[in-house]
Amino acid sequence: MRVRYLAPIAVLIGLTVLFVFGLGHDPREVPSPLIGKPSPDFTLRVMGSDEPYQRSQLLGRPVLVNFFASWCAGCKVEHPLLMELSRRGVEIVGIDYKDTDAAARQWLDKHGNPYAKVIADVQGTAGLDWGVYGVPETFVLDAAGTIVYKQIGPMTEEAWITRIAPLMGAH
Amino acid sequence: MKLCRGFVRLALGLMMLFALPAMAQATELEGVEADRYQGMINQLRCLVCQNQTIADSNAPLAQDLRDQVRTQIQSGRSDAEIIDYVTARYGDFVLYRPPFKRSTWLLWGGPFALLLGALAIAVSLMRRGRQRPVSAAVDPDRLRKLLDEESR
Repeated sequence: MRVRYLAPIAVLIGLTVLFVFGLGHDPREVPSPLIGKPSPDFTLRVMGSDEPYQRSQLLGRPVLVNFFASWCAGCKVEHPLLMELSRRGVEIVGIDYKDTDAAARQWLDKHGNPYAKVIADVQGTAGLDWGVYGVPETFVLDAAGTIVYKQIGPMTEEAWITRIAPLMGAH
Repeated sequence: MKLCRGFVRLALGLMMLFALPAMAQATELEGVEADRYQGMINQLRCLVCQNQTIADSNAPLAQDLRDQVRTQIQSGRSDAEIIDYVTARYGDFVLYRPPFKRSTWLLWGGPFALLLGALAIAVSLMRRGRQRPVSAAVDPDRLRKLLDEESR
């Protein structure tokens, strides 16, 4: 067979490969430029109080930082898994994003509280600095406070087992 | 009729009332700064509704970013500094005009490569067409025979 007849087939195969790659890629997941960088500084307060909470309090051990909100549908999806992880001793710090303390309190009372601490980010300023564009988003911080991984959208069992648990030295 | 006109007037009044906040925001910056603000928010992508700029989008995140751009312009930061601020948080993807670098060379070069490829194919096809011997030699005898058959 001549090359002339093979060329369209080669092009078709090439396009198919591109198509398959495109299907597997979620355009809503924008890679964060913060991976491998120190987590952004912030000073907020603990939800329901005036007690300040700063970045330095996240240092010294691996920790999950989970941006959530009572108005967020995806947060309900991942909530049972977060509850399970907290039962297994994983430290999760929740940042309540663009929410009121009362609404968040009610939400946590209803669904359970997996968080070691809940921080209030009423204005969403920390969210902006952390590059959050849609809750839930979960950051994996190592003991030095470096962001080693970011889960966009609800946390999944698969993401936990294959990516996050090894990074945190957990099981 | 009078009642109808009253309604129209009321509706217009309400519309203007709702338009007030937008107008108030637009007048916060003046002259060059307002132009810079418009230019800026029209080249930043809203990550929530990805095919809109933060100027077009009503998403809360777009609102926050517009506020950031405005306050940073007011505090005297340059366009480059504001772009750095946004890309440090959200990456090059927020820029509708991403910089040319290793991860974006295909994006910038791809269309030109395709164009060149298409041109190359077109040129080679045209050459081949010219080279193919067109059977100019019409056999006069055969032609006459055919015409004779036709007219018979």
